[in-house]
Amino acid sequence: MAGHKHIDEVTGVETTGHVWDNDLRELNKPLPRWWLYVFYACCVWAFGYWMVYPAWPTLSGYTQGYLGYSQRAQVMSDVKEAKAAQDTYRQAIANAAITDVKGKEDLFQFALAGGAAAFGDNCSGCHGRGAQGAVGYPNLNDDDWIWGGSLEQIEKSIAYGIRNGHEQAHATPMPRFGLDGILEPAVISDVANYVRSISGTEQVDTAAAERGKATFAEQCAACHGEDAKGNEEMGAPNLSDAIWLYGSSQEAVTQSIVTGRGGAMPAWSTRLDPVTVKMLALYVHSLGGGK
Amino acid sequence: MNHGIFEKNSLILLIGILIVVSIGGIVQIAPLFMLSSTIEKVEGMRPYSPLEQAGRDIYVREGCYNCHSQMIRSLRDEVERYGHYSLAAESMYDHPFQWSSKRTGPDLARIGGKYSDAWHTDHMRYPKSVVPASIMPAYPHLEKTALDYANIQDKLKTLQLVGVPYTDEMIAKAAADVEAQIAPDTDAAKELVARYPKAQVRKFDGQSPGEGVKPTELDALVAYLQMLGTLVDFTKFDASGPNLR
Repeated sequence: MAGHKHIDEVTGVETTGHVWDNDLRELNKPLPRWWLYVFYACCVWAFGYWMVYPAWPTLSGYTQGYLGYSQRAQVMSDVKEAKAAQDTYRQAIANAAITDVKGKEDLFQFALAGGAAAFGDNCSGCHGRGAQGAVGYPNLNDDDWIWGGSLEQIEKSIAYGIRNGHEQAHATPMPRFGLDGILEPAVISDVANYVRSISGTEQVDTAAAERGKATFAEQCAACHGEDAKGNEEMGAPNLSDAIWLYGSSQEAVTQSIVTGRGGAMPAWSTRLDPVTVKMLALYVHSLGGGK
Repeated sequence: MNHGIFEKNSLILLIGILIVVSIGGIVQIAPLFMLSSTIEKVEGMRPYSPLEQAGRDIYVREGCYNCHSQMIRSLRDEVERYGHYSLAAESMYDHPFQWSSKRTGPDLARIGGKYSDAWHTDHMRYPKSVVPASIMPAYPHLEKTALDYANIQDKLKTLQLVGVPYTDEMIAKAAADVEAQIAPDTDAAKELVARYPKAQVRKFDGQSPGEGVKPTELDALVAYLQMLGTLVDFTKFDASGPNLR
């Protein structure tokens, strides 16, 4: 309390002036020295920090600080620095034809590592962490390619994607034979049986398959080929092997014919730089099925 | 020091506390409403289309923000994984914003266009079908539930009240615009794109578009996800420009 100067008789220390039960008092001990000095040091540090770093808002902006630090400038220079460290390789990959990169061991190893990293960030969502694919998303480890398995073809597929509205994207659709009423449900069922019979799928209704053969030649062979081996130009899958993007059951194949499916893939050139796309192509090509 | 007066009069103590706390507020918060550098001006930002707004409401309703952030920080690893760091302007029409701070799942600030609609449909139906290690819950009810957009006009009006620049025309056409965004190649869709540049028009949930087809909740959610982070063209963005930190 102001003006109060009661000294505790036993310790000789000033008290706070609070009294309980007429005789209980509280010593007014000073703060520990070390604590007080640390506190003062923090105050001094704060003043220094305000001078050096952006700190106080002003009427029209904020104090910039002597260092002129900006987190945005920092991240841009971090990214640039990292890119510069890889520049020798990235430039060389950018300048070389994609087929030549494969011949140069150090470049190729760099591209595989870069491609694997980019694959994890961007492609694994659909194609899986091990590029094993999922129903509706192709397995990239095998040699069954819908839009072609050469380095150039893979690069083009990654850069421009599939059925995404990009003007250079693979765009040919499969007709919606059921939804648009091109074929009757019974006929679709026959064709599905026939398509499944080509690759020797089990549990095929052979009579129905026989009936579907003529319809296949009329409606499907133009894209999938008379031998059903597919056509990479049009992204028509090979139907004569045992690899099924949407499943081999009668229901799944029927559904494919009814709706035309039409899987889509983003145009990665709109999100990734050309060198990364190239490295991705080399990585995917190297997974086992590249042609 | 003479603080006895504060210790003995609770009302004076209360007033003293308010003064001290408001100094902190005035210094830290008030300038943000005044400074032009708080929200930088960038080209391309527009209010959400009614369908996207409805999708955003589903995003909030389902609590997506509990596991997903929408804020790419200015750190190298984030920029290299997710894309350009988020700008304040990119969430200026969000009420409330969905920055979030927890990432059980990945950041979604630039998810738009990264995956196909079919992927989003599969993923919402059963996330493990496309990402085997995913611990995200499934949301199969979204594609089976018709979108309730009876109150979409009132929603836009409310947003207009808090400063989102919806025009009266946008509000008047709100319900029609919801239907137009899932009906490609129609005049209504063309009008929608004129009102909301870069709006994507298609049936987002994998079902066939057509006359009288009503949007599902999944349509709205995927429409919202597919536009996230796509409005600003960063090839034209100058990070060192005026008003930019």
